[in-house]
Amino acid sequence: MNWIKNVVRPKIRGVFQKRSAPDDLWKTCPACKAMLFQQDLKKSFQVCGECGHHMRLAPVERFRLLFGDSSYDRLTPPKVPADPLRFRDEKRYRDRLKAAREKTGAEDAITVAHGAIMDVECVVAVQDFAFMGGSLGMAAGEALVEGVSWAAERKVPLLVVTSSGGARMQEGILSLMQLPRTLAALQALSEAVLPYLVLLAHPTTGGVTASYGMVGDVHMAEPGALIGFAGPRVIEQTIREKLPKGFQSAEYLLDHGMVDMVVPRAEQPEILARLLRLFLNRSGRVSKRRVAKHDSAFPKPAQQ
Amino acid sequence: MSVYLDFEKPLAAIEGEIRAMQEVIGESRAPELKAELRRLQEKARAMLGDLYDNLTPWQKTQVARHPRRPHCLDYIADLMDEFTPLAGDRLYAEDHAIIAGVGRFCGRSLVVLGQEKGHDMESRMKHNFGMARPEGYRKAMRMMDLAEKFSMPIVSFVDTAGAYPGIGAEERGQSEAIARSIDRSLSLRVPNIAIVIGEGGSGGALAIAAANRVFMLEHAIYTVASPEACASILWRDPASAKSASQALKITAEDLLDLGVIDGIVEEPLGGAHRGRAQTIALVGDLLDKELRQFDNVSPARLSAERKEKFLAMGRDVPIMTAAMARRRKALKRGKSSRGRRFRSLKTLKR
Ligand SMILES: [Zn+2]
Repeated sequence: MNWIKNVVRPKIRGVFQKRSAPDDLWKTCPACKAMLFQQDLKKSFQVCGECGHHMRLAPVERFRLLFGDSSYDRLTPPKVPADPLRFRDEKRYRDRLKAAREKTGAEDAITVAHGAIMDVECVVAVQDFAFMGGSLGMAAGEALVEGVSWAAERKVPLLVVTSSGGARMQEGILSLMQLPRTLAALQALSEAVLPYLVLLAHPTTGGVTASYGMVGDVHMAEPGALIGFAGPRVIEQTIREKLPKGFQSAEYLLDHGMVDMVVPRAEQPEILARLLRLFLNRSGRVSKRRVAKHDSAFPKPAQQ
Repeated sequence: MSVYLDFEKPLAAIEGEIRAMQEVIGESRAPELKAELRRLQEKARAMLGDLYDNLTPWQKTQVARHPRRPHCLDYIADLMDEFTPLAGDRLYAEDHAIIAGVGRFCGRSLVVLGQEKGHDMESRMKHNFGMARPEGYRKAMRMMDLAEKFSMPIVSFVDTAGAYPGIGAEERGQSEAIARSIDRSLSLRVPNIAIVIGEGGSGGALAIAAANRVFMLEHAIYTVASPEACASILWRDPASAKSASQALKITAEDLLDLGVIDGIVEEPLGGAHRGRAQTIALVGDLLDKELRQFDNVSPARLSAERKEKFLAMGRDVPIMTAAMARRRKALKRGKSSRGRRFRSLKTLKR
């Protein structure tokens, strides 16, 4: 393993928070237009206190939400060839990459960390929409593949938090190939019987849903998140009609059987931890007395 | 009926002249007319060779989408014996955009998958222009299960602009169906071979193309997004499709250089649509040769090797360099002087 481990301690997290702490004190909720105090938004993990709208959450904030105040390791995946196609549209891809790196302080769209969600050890990969629309390119693919092998080696589950417009077009066919690539990696996790959970955040479309985003053991979605294969604009152009309200929302996907649950941020850590404990067949929050009773009344399960 | 693409206009002019002259000549035996006709025919032939040896990615996009290009069902009709189409995903519906079935090829039984675009308005509507819905991919997965159960190899003919972007398709989990179909392909314990015969459009194509071997026809394209879609996203202008087609690296040569495909099937002079039977025969030839190579490979290795292949994509990628472009140009010059191969169908269908 060629990981460079950096233990990120809560106290020095401020260093990484340049982006999520803008100067102004107020922010307007895009849903209900309420004026919100930035300080409150930080405490609520970017959830509007007035209407419950879930705004974008930067990876460091996401790790704080999931891991609480306990420390976690950030993983640095090996570098991949940059700009293999020498791609240029209105701007050079290299310049876009540089700008995205400066803006987010991250190497690419996926950041991986290893920590504990309410005492359950877990590898968490977070996709950042702020980094070129969270697009899936070779570097993000590499981060996921390495995240999977990290989880498999430590025999811990994997949680991927998705947020992406799809494949990174500037890497052409190589970005499309990250679909089979990440799926192939995940099969190793499945063979090791380790849980793989997906948390779908706003928005998740395109190649990400057509690969690792939709093959989780459990799919959890954030309220109001847009989730789908084709973007709404493409669909409207194809069928030449307006889409129904709430189409491709997390709640709509729940109704159509594509996700297991829609969970607000405040409840996510507890439910994720509970699911993982159940899959790993560990005892959860049961009182000692009830465990003892259980032991005497029923034969112990044979496995483990 | 001949259909000329925009860049073939000069050719259309000469071929028109040839036709007019042929009518004038009729039964006449005037030697100077005959000589002139031969000269024109020679000129047309040279022009065609020149045009098709130097197609730009945007021109290739037009050729790959050419209405007269052989489609999935044409390959099946010419190459397969006892082809028996199978229908339905057992969950919701039958999707005619994806052809699926069992048949015999060179004596061995196999499973065939492919997107069919249709050849006239009626069949295009029926096949939804080759754009599959979740049912199509779920049917494909059903076929993969069948193939594995009865140890049959799978051959995919890839030809789609992409998965269908519609309300119903989204409701029924288009993305999940594609993800699962790729996932199932990767774990297959039987060999699979995919050939991009026309348009390899993004995830909708990949759903049946995560294969042990992937090939492309010389003028086929395979891309993460159509040049038009890419142009409207990155250039914010669909008219920049030409630039996008250049930047995206979508040609068979590009994909071979990038290590994404395993080989290229050369097309007859003037493209597959000018030599349909020839093209199909060449593909048949290749399939026969490739399928043989898997005869003694264990099921576990088939799956492991396939996964390793895709896992490596993105790690050791050659950067498109000037040297690469020069080498390619040199190869091209060599190719145009080489004669075109032709093999009759009979030798294939033992
Ligand atoms: Zn609000």
